[in-house]
Amino acid sequence: MAAKMFRQCPDSGLFFHKSAESLMKAHAVLGVVYLLVGGFLGLLVALTRMPSLHLLSAEDFYLALSIHGTAILIFWIIFFEMAVLYFAASTLLRCRPATPAFGWLGFLLMVIGSTLVMVAFFRGNSSVMFTSYVPMPAEPIFYLGLILFAVGALIGCFIFLGTLVIAKQEKTYDGSVPLVTFGALTAAIIAIFTIASGAVILIPTWLWSLGFINHIDPLMYRTVWWALGHSSQQINVAAHVSIWYAIAAILFGARPMSEKVSRTAFLLYILFLQLASAHHILADPGVSSTWKVFNTSYAMYLAVLASMVHGLTVPGCIEVAQRKKGFNNGLFEWLKKAPWANPVFSGMFIAMIIFGFIGGITGVVMGTEQINLIIHNTIFVPGHFHATVAVGTTLTFMAITYFLIPVLFRRELIWPTACKWQPYIFGGGMLILSLFLLGAGTLGVPRRHWDINFSDALLQFQFAGTAITMLGIAGFGGFLAAVGGALFCLIAVGSLVFGKRLDPGASLFSSFGFPMASSCYNVERPGKLGLAPVEQTGDGGVQAKGTFVLALVFLASFVVYFFINAKYLSSIWPMG
Amino acid sequence: MQKNDNQESTQEEEAVPGMQQLLDNPFMLLFLGVMFPTVFYILWGIMEIISIPAVK
Ligand code: HEM
Ligand SMILES: [Cu+2]
Repeated sequence: MAAKMFRQCPDSGLFFHKSAESLMKAHAVLGVVYLLVGGFLGLLVALTRMPSLHLLSAEDFYLALSIHGTAILIFWIIFFEMAVLYFAASTLLRCRPATPAFGWLGFLLMVIGSTLVMVAFFRGNSSVMFTSYVPMPAEPIFYLGLILFAVGALIGCFIFLGTLVIAKQEKTYDGSVPLVTFGALTAAIIAIFTIASGAVILIPTWLWSLGFINHIDPLMYRTVWWALGHSSQQINVAAHVSIWYAIAAILFGARPMSEKVSRTAFLLYILFLQLASAHHILADPGVSSTWKVFNTSYAMYLAVLASMVHGLTVPGCIEVAQRKKGFNNGLFEWLKKAPWANPVFSGMFIAMIIFGFIGGITGVVMGTEQINLIIHNTIFVPGHFHATVAVGTTLTFMAITYFLIPVLFRRELIWPTACKWQPYIFGGGMLILSLFLLGAGTLGVPRRHWDINFSDALLQFQFAGTAITMLGIAGFGGFLAAVGGALFCLIAVGSLVFGKRLDPGASLFSSFGFPMASSCYNVERPGKLGLAPVEQTGDGGVQAKGTFVLALVFLASFVVYFFINAKYLSSIWPMG
Repeated sequence: MQKNDNQESTQEEEAVPGMQQLLDNPFMLLFLGVMFPTVFYILWGIMEIISIPAVK
């Protein structure tokens, strides 16, 4: 007699396997802990960069900046992504996870690794920021912690692949894997490359910190390190785009406009996204322009094309679904009548718009070798990536959490009004932070700089008054974003502890990674996931008129912004 | 994403197109996704760096 290991969520119809579900919960909860730590330090960083407040001392500033970047960019996001991988393989394919015991081993390594890194930070001798460029030394446990964390994550990726194999063998689904699972596969593949590159550079650096190797070439370090640093951001892109498709399906019953087109776009990610790592090396001597231009232009534009495809098909499929429901007036009734008070939708849609319009456009512009010179290493760069990773990825993960708390954790959300406003507060604050960091950076304000007034420096330099004002406004936006972020953490943890139980088998422990009462798991083998109905072809593009208009606005903004920057470049660096 | 449970699989007999075969093969995709950046970014980049003449 085989044990009954699955339960079906009565609200969503999704099947959860006992071990996979516990792994999802444990990873997601740990992720939120790091979001809280990292977000709080982000606030301190932002308030220090506000010239009127200048909160922290220089030493504390670099400590806070190091923890902010590492805890939030690496630990929060990757813990959460592991949960996404278990969800996309086990739940969506209705399949038992491969080797759950190894899943816990991976989790344990990630916990130990991230704890070691935190310990190294708080001991005070490892404020090397998340890039840890050599020859700046951190303590050996810092590198060791990163390596253990990466091994743990690698185990998670292989379990994901293993689960795909089992699902295929045990025929838990017909045809191809669902698009969301395919997107998660894209993320897992990029993650494997990312972690391999990390190993190539971090293991020698660890040995160097222990004194076994006496020299690591800084350019070599930067080049290989960015294969990790950049690609890890592309894991995020693949993961959050998959979640956009998932949310469109969950909330609107929307089907991808074309499976073929969306999957091909993910394939472009697999092939080309990681090559764009070279945009971090654009200002470095020692590698040729051919290498830079090949990797950042030809290759990167193919990946950008893929993002634009997703940016068109996600709202497009929502529009088609909404129009079918009768919201057919004018160009935008489908959007006006969308569930803006539901944080699952508002979070996802705000994330998508800010990711595309701000993160996407600034990213492509600064990935251009010549224009990059205007803003390289300025605070424009954090302006760009808070739009991509803090709004695009983080807000998407927040949005799906509002769905997962009832479905996966079987708890009702507390504070419905706060839930409704949270995505707007976080998204709005981040929008202000991002825009004004972009502005200040365009005026030359450097990133990672404690005191741009150079109060005790021998050589004085005065930034434009506008730049100082912009940093002040950015600080205000950062404060607002921190309020939104804190609210999210309170709602999430509060719901896990105090939220009404939607299932009598849910306990306090089951909110934090333990299984629910065994009586909840009463399905031995879920029914096979059938084929989706055959796509209706042809009219999708015509039906999504509103999305098409949005795409034209996007294109126009892009062209104008590119032109402005090229013009600006010609004026600060006159030729001929 | 969600698929229809009661739908009969009708397409089993048709030949699967090459592109779909690629997209359905996670390990081929993994191979490509590691090969491309390793060759064009890492190996090419490292070759350029080690061919910089050393100053003594
Ligand atoms: C609570 C809201 C947040 C605030 C107020 C904030 C503020 C800031 C500021 C002002 C900087 C620039 C510091 C400098 O270069 O001098 C920064 C850097 C950074 N932020 Fe945030 N941030 C927040 C949330 C996030 C989130 C959610 C992420 C990613 C998921 C993130 C990732 C980063 C990274 C990777 C850096 C670069 C660190 C470095 O240069 O080493 N931040 N943050
Ligand atoms: Cu990058």
